[in-house]
Amino acid sequence: MKVLWLQSGGCGGCTQSLLCHEPRPLFDELRDAGIEFVWHPALSEASGDEALTILEDCAAGRREFDVLCIEGAMLRGPNGTGRFHLMAGSGRPLTEWVQRLAEQAKWVFAIGSCTAWGGFSASTPGNPLEACGLQYDTDTPGGLLGKGFLSRSGLPVVNIAGCPTHPGWIVDTLEKLAFDGLTASDLDEVGRPLLYAEQLVHHGCPRNEFYEFKASALKHSDLGCLMENLGCKGTQAHADCNTRAWNGAGSCLKGGYACIACTEPGFEAPGHAFQETPKLAGIPVGLPTDMPKAWFVALAALSKSATPKRVRENAVEDHTVVRPSVKKTGK
Amino acid sequence: MKRIQLGPFNRVEGDLEVGLDVDAGYVAAARVNSPLFRGFEQVLVGRPPEDALAIVPRICGICSVAQSAAAASALAALAGVTPPPNGQLASRLVLATENLADHLTHFYLFFMPDFARAAYVDRNWHSEVARRFTAQRGSAVAPWLQARARFFNLTGFLAGRWPHTLALQPGGSSKAMTAAERIRIQALLREFRAFVEGVVLGDALEAFAGLSSFDALQAWAAGRDSDFAHFLRAAGDLGLAGCGRASDRFLSYGAYELFPAGLWQPNAAVDPLETAKIAEDVSHSWLFGDKPLPPAQGETRVDADKAGAYTWCKAPRYAGQVVETGALARQLVAGQPLLRDLVERHGGSVTARIVARMVEVARIVPAMENWVRAIEPGEPFCLPAPLPDSGSAVGLVEAARGGLGHWLSVKRGRIERYQIIAPTTWNFSPRDAGGTPGALEQALVGLPAGDDAPPTVQHVVRSFDPCMVCTVH
Repeated sequence: MKVLWLQSGGCGGCTQSLLCHEPRPLFDELRDAGIEFVWHPALSEASGDEALTILEDCAAGRREFDVLCIEGAMLRGPNGTGRFHLMAGSGRPLTEWVQRLAEQAKWVFAIGSCTAWGGFSASTPGNPLEACGLQYDTDTPGGLLGKGFLSRSGLPVVNIAGCPTHPGWIVDTLEKLAFDGLTASDLDEVGRPLLYAEQLVHHGCPRNEFYEFKASALKHSDLGCLMENLGCKGTQAHADCNTRAWNGAGSCLKGGYACIACTEPGFEAPGHAFQETPKLAGIPVGLPTDMPKAWFVALAALSKSATPKRVRENAVEDHTVVRPSVKKTGK
Repeated sequence: MKRIQLGPFNRVEGDLEVGLDVDAGYVAAARVNSPLFRGFEQVLVGRPPEDALAIVPRICGICSVAQSAAAASALAALAGVTPPPNGQLASRLVLATENLADHLTHFYLFFMPDFARAAYVDRNWHSEVARRFTAQRGSAVAPWLQARARFFNLTGFLAGRWPHTLALQPGGSSKAMTAAERIRIQALLREFRAFVEGVVLGDALEAFAGLSSFDALQAWAAGRDSDFAHFLRAAGDLGLAGCGRASDRFLSYGAYELFPAGLWQPNAAVDPLETAKIAEDVSHSWLFGDKPLPPAQGETRVDADKAGAYTWCKAPRYAGQVVETGALARQLVAGQPLLRDLVERHGGSVTARIVARMVEVARIVPAMENWVRAIEPGEPFCLPAPLPDSGSAVGLVEAARGGLGHWLSVKRGRIERYQIIAPTTWNFSPRDAGGTPGALEQALVGLPAGDDAPPTVQHVVRSFDPCMVCTVH
């Protein structure tokens, strides 16, 4: 399976993240799955005219490829010219290259939240960059390729959203496609592969016991739950970050900071400070997904009153000060 | 005279176009174009100041932690808070992990594949270099990706993930290392040391870091079977120590309390850093502005139809002059004898830039080992850092590619102005109002170019390890 990769209005971090693939080195993993890059801007030898020839052949239908991976928002400005990113050496807007290549691709993958929804490039007030995602304008279908776009395989754009994406989300989606195929039923309502988006970041959160008792962190580095005060959206964000380790052993929650829901459309402009929980009458505005508000409030009050001393005290420390008790054995 | 446009100039971070005026087979003039504009400085305006911690890492996926560190440092200055020792050490470990990984990613994935090109098939070193370094397929690629992924496990423990962490806070680190994690982190550092010593250098870090002259380095490389020795033999054959000289003025903001800040020129004493001497010229950028502005008063307003402009990059100047920044500048300002010798003999060069990164790897891994040992689990990692309603501050750090500065002002609890000068903004700047070309533009003049020319231009451009997404941001 041949993958063609281009970058535009993003940071390149999804490629850098992809190179962290474990346990096998990325190229070994892909090669043995029959997956190869036709061209990748960060990784291929071909440069300048050699690269332009490959891209032109692909865009003109003279050279076959399977998956078009785009990384970065589509910058249509200023005034629709696409001049905020003319592809080097070609003098043509990156958006034009993407439109031509998308017509030839069997599948189109949006790599990262910029590419899927627009991301930070689209969040300048008034959006002077005229930035958008491939098939979304934040949470509204449309984007560069339009609401009705279907690639040659008959699928809309596959949105591997995240800022950055986890290497496993990309590799597993490519391998799912290569070995089992990919259908609309493998994607959620906004085109994200269910293989990572059918979970919530909350699932497997190492702070679960603090969450259960609403024992909340008050400041950074505290061990407690980050939902009540420090802006955590793990109970609302779709991703498997706490069951699929980042960089061997990590996740945002394990790193001591809030989930900012980077897989969700519009995460870049939440309307409040990222690391602060907006509240109404003392109750967080964003409640856990699928949780009825009245029950949440009732259960939170109940669990707060039932919080064990250990959990209450550890929540506001950066290391365990009260250990779980050990049952006495023998006499 | 023939004008050629090289692009997409790939195997750099982001998109790059290099325009060359070629006369009789040699570069007469160069113009460097950073073709992507995103406008992060406008994204930041009007946000709560702490939001910078979530926004600026997303400027760059390869210097993400450096961007975080610059913002955290500026906000700490604004709050008047000094992070506790544990917090400083933890943040420094995360930044050093990114910087060293970037150095070797540059070497293995971006820079060395050009030596595997068919253009060099006649050279006696080519078959071995092609076997090791051919893009994606060379035998060195998988071991490096493995070592890189393992090394970044440090960030899994210390920062949750890489890239794009929120662990670096103005008050320290949001992640308090446990005693168990401290053991794992030391093991990861041993693993990384073993890779660098066994595969990259073929020698102990301390032995390599102790080489004190270019002659000693050449003697060290002779007959040695390691990836870096292969590069040195190819570079010697191609004369890359005399190739790619820029302005020979080197700027460092200072790093890790190991390498001091300052400005160095050959055969002169180090000048202390004076940030008041920094200003950005936009005469050849697609941006409004009629005179150089210090970043604390800087502006970023698009003027896409501006006559004479050829890039989105501004032209920062230090006391009105072009400077080069990066690992080479850090080591020269720090007085590292091998690099001082190399540059005093030949000026800045491809070889000097590549050697400087490797010297830095050899010097920083032992420092990282010390930092981990100095961390005391149970002691605080992060202090509260409440911000004033108004004020201004600067955050200066050294990213892998050189000095990175954030200039921030806050008014009524919102960001009023945020200006960023990234390392490659310095190195890949366009001409200024006086017509003086930027560092890379100078370094390319006189090189062979055009049809049938060897890939020298490729080596010189990539020797700077450009990060184009940071450059314009």
